[in-house]
Amino acid sequence: MLLKGENIGFRYGKGPWVLKERDITVESGEIVGIMGPSGCGKTTLGRILAGYEKPHEGRVILNEAPLPKKGYNPVQLVFQHPEKAVNGRWHMKDTLNEGWEPNDEVLEALGIEKAWLKRWPNELSGGELQRFCVARALGLQTRFLVADEMTTMLDAITQAQIWHVVLDVAKKQDIGIIVVSHEKHLINRLCDRVIDLSPVKVS
Amino acid sequence: MMKVIETTTIKTPYLKLNRRQQTIISIILSASFLLMIILGGIFSSNEKIQTYLEMRNLSPSLQHIFGTDWLGRDMFVRTLKGLTLSLGVGMLASASSVIIAVVLGMAAATMGRKVDTFISWLVDLFLSVPHLVALILIAFALGGGIRGVVLGVTLTHWPSLTRVIRAEVMQLRSSEFVEISRQFGKSSWWIATRHILPHLVPQFFVGLVLLFPHAVLHEAAITFLGFGLSPHQPAIGIILSESMRYLSTGMWWLAFFPGLSLLVMVRAFDILGENLCTLMDPYRGHE
Repeated sequence: MLLKGENIGFRYGKGPWVLKERDITVESGEIVGIMGPSGCGKTTLGRILAGYEKPHEGRVILNEAPLPKKGYNPVQLVFQHPEKAVNGRWHMKDTLNEGWEPNDEVLEALGIEKAWLKRWPNELSGGELQRFCVARALGLQTRFLVADEMTTMLDAITQAQIWHVVLDVAKKQDIGIIVVSHEKHLINRLCDRVIDLSPVKVS
Repeated sequence: MMKVIETTTIKTPYLKLNRRQQTIISIILSASFLLMIILGGIFSSNEKIQTYLEMRNLSPSLQHIFGTDWLGRDMFVRTLKGLTLSLGVGMLASASSVIIAVVLGMAAATMGRKVDTFISWLVDLFLSVPHLVALILIAFALGGGIRGVVLGVTLTHWPSLTRVIRAEVMQLRSSEFVEISRQFGKSSWWIATRHILPHLVPQFFVGLVLLFPHAVLHEAAITFLGFGLSPHQPAIGIILSESMRYLSTGMWWLAFFPGLSLLVMVRAFDILGENLCTLMDPYRGHE
């Protein structure tokens, strides 16, 4: 499978172009990093690839076809702030099972305890919540995962644990991963290929 | 040598209740109080509110704890019946206008720009007419009675809450968990009922609690003006307006007890709503 962004251009309102003529290709099983300073369009590109935003120019193509408008989106996105990404009025079990029902193996690997399933989101810490968001996004129909600063707010050990599981599952299910981050070390460590979005200085 | 610092915590010896238990107890108490009023109103016999001219104008005593009026009717039973009627009318009217507000608020925020413009226009339209005037018109057109009052109050009280709910839904719709849900292929209906509705529970209860006294008072007001319930129905509004004439003759109990019990009832309802809200709110409920 191939996820392709062709000639993508995007701007917010009538503001300056955040992205212009940007091409990106990710294959299944590949891990691609997107890097760059704040405000250079990393997150926007991630959102466009996952179908959260429509590009003003160009298009996103998954396997020769545009992203499906209905049904489970094979390109899933994990946000930076898990507190906002879960419904505060749902028990964690419902949140976890919204897209698919993760098996015990995945839960255990991510360190999700059974007792957490009965809790409300505000009774868990950010790191604990992020594990749920990761587990939720790794459904069997997921072909690509956009990890938008997925582990930025976690401590090093938890980061390692979560990435370990994600890479493992990705290998098994042949998922392509797009790592959006400004952490050079993380990207260098994880990725097969890095795309630098730093604006080219015109002088 | 290490010093051991002794700390003591002050605890009440019996009644060691946590907040959740306290909340539940307040709910039970206020609910059973309201239930008592309703049951009392339904099951007390009409015998005591017949006219007994030999027993008129009695001040409160053990036989007639709220006294009797100028026709010898027992004020306690009248008050109870009046409260039941007011409670029924108030509940019905405020619940239906809150439901209208929720439905219209959600429709405005989710069904596209045209629907939104229309509903906002409707809200402005209803807000531009004074409550009481619209209420009198509607109740009069429907020929008065309970139906007229309930419909009148219902149709005049939804707009401001609709605005609040519309804004809330707008905000929820753009939240990340809804966006994610959409990417999981969930339908708009599914998102509206599972994701958005649970967040409207506080608005629902607060709306209910805030509208309830309005509904009761407006019922009393238009009954007073003669467009509402018929005078033989012992509504609190009728009791109060009738007793106004007798206040200056020193019969304070005619207005005092019915008024006080109306206040107590509204407060009990308030406590009930507030605590239910706390109990259902996951952000506070576990406390």
